[in-house]
Amino acid sequence: MMSESRSREKILEIQALSARYGQIEALHSVDLDVGEGELVAVLGPNGAGKSTLLRSVMGLTSSTGTVRFRDKILPRRDTSAIARSGIVLVPEGRGIFGPMTVQENLQLGAYLIGGRGADFERRREKVLALFPRLKERLTQTAGSMSGGEQQMLAVGRALMSEPRLLLLDEPSLGLAPKVTAEILETLGRLNRDGLPILLVEQKAPLALKLANRAYVVSNGRISAQIDPREIKSHADLAHHYFN
Amino acid sequence: MPTLPTTISTNAGLLLRYLPAVLAVGLIAYAIVAGGHFVTLAGFALIYAVFVTGLNIFMGYAGQASFGQNAFAAIGGYASAVLTATYGWPPIPALIVGAAGAALCAVVIGYPTLRLRGHYLAMATLAIGLIVYEVTVQWQSVTQGYMGISGIPPLGIGSWEVTSDRAQLIMLSIVVTLCMASAWLIRNSRFGRAIVALSGSEDAARALGVDVARYKLAAFVVSAVYASLAGSLFVHIVGFVSPEVFGMHMVILGFTMLYVGGIGTITGPLVGAIVINLLPETFRGLKDYQDLVYGAALILLLIYAPGGLASLGNALKRRPSTPIPATAPKGARP
Repeated sequence: MMSESRSREKILEIQALSARYGQIEALHSVDLDVGEGELVAVLGPNGAGKSTLLRSVMGLTSSTGTVRFRDKILPRRDTSAIARSGIVLVPEGRGIFGPMTVQENLQLGAYLIGGRGADFERRREKVLALFPRLKERLTQTAGSMSGGEQQMLAVGRALMSEPRLLLLDEPSLGLAPKVTAEILETLGRLNRDGLPILLVEQKAPLALKLANRAYVVSNGRISAQIDPREIKSHADLAHHYFN
Repeated sequence: MPTLPTTISTNAGLLLRYLPAVLAVGLIAYAIVAGGHFVTLAGFALIYAVFVTGLNIFMGYAGQASFGQNAFAAIGGYASAVLTATYGWPPIPALIVGAAGAALCAVVIGYPTLRLRGHYLAMATLAIGLIVYEVTVQWQSVTQGYMGISGIPPLGIGSWEVTSDRAQLIMLSIVVTLCMASAWLIRNSRFGRAIVALSGSEDAARALGVDVARYKLAAFVVSAVYASLAGSLFVHIVGFVSPEVFGMHMVILGFTMLYVGGIGTITGPLVGAIVINLLPETFRGLKDYQDLVYGAALILLLIYAPGGLASLGNALKRRPSTPIPATAPKGARP
């Protein structure tokens, strides 16, 4: 699978990406790539720099280095332009707009196409088919929903823009196992339908079930690359984490 | 009988939701019919409703802090006063020029200051209010300083002028209705959704393609135009303007009205403006204790209706069905 993934056309190429928070270096010269149709997982302990990696790609954190997406170099601090290029981030903690209704959150997801019209309706129906629970909640304020529903909304909202690359930051955070499994299963289905995904996740076994490839981040550096097929046990995983 | 309590709570919620707005409209209607001192009070309340509607767009929707909205009211008010009383312009073009001037100032001032956040933005906007106040005091050749400008004509078109108290109140009611309708349209537009989004999380809004800096500035400009309109209306209704009219008390009153009425709601500014204007009158009979009771009433309102009077109904809103569990049950393993 690894070699098969490697042969895929690279759509996201990250080279020598570094980011700092004041004196602290959160990301140190990271190289990473995602191929067409791939689901690449970024694993690592809390505070390793996984979220900073996604935020830096999205231009939400100042960084140095090069991020190339579909042969174009992305600006480092123009998040709107990066979003317009087709990359969408589902941030850690979901980032849903609590006082707004589910419908309005979905409209904001389709902000770049105006949030209305036939195209919007088509996208919305697609998202509601993926997450039928949201259909019952359309007029409800997003902040009053459960964590599981909010995560579904966060993913659904991201899909409203029909992204060409989906960045996901800890989608399982704070969710019950059943809900996590449901969401990850949906992500797997989206990926099988051709959507490339860069998934940051602490729950490595869950992420490795879906991923074509995985990177382990430790202290802001890529410490290992993993072929999920080679991971047969927790010991194998621990070997990559701690070696 | 599980449906009975649900029905009661839904009906009570609906009643509470619309009751403050219905009462506010009822009081204005009563003022039009009754006349007298009540008309003046209702008139001022409606002018403040315009001012607070603008403040609500910037603070309630966009989630930003501005202590300098009085500056834009002063720009509108003085533009109307100077152009009509000194240069003989008709009121409507003077009002439009005032609003355009306020919008232009908001762009010039907002571009650098809106990069600031939270307390820093609040302090910067406070400075804007103080600067404009100082300009109205010092630029005596135009503003007449503390003496103020009198002889400002009432609003009207051509030879037709709105002179009687009742006619002015009806006109103000129409203006406030239009302002609330435009605020509703803004809130439900792409622009409105974007500014509400940035109040929730600027990063999340940015990641969806929203140009946060541009929308913050646009919200600031829109709120400045509302403030300018309120300033112009005030000078045409009263016929006089001086620097004190647009002092810091205007900002404090505006904030109180916004929070008492309901920040982020459509009808909140109107409800808050009417309640805050009428409360002191209600307690006038208490003489020496008037201010004490007024203060206590405000505190009680904010304790028992923290979202404001216009959002009372939300307290009884019911969730439609059982949610999916948010977090892992105890003992659950990933």
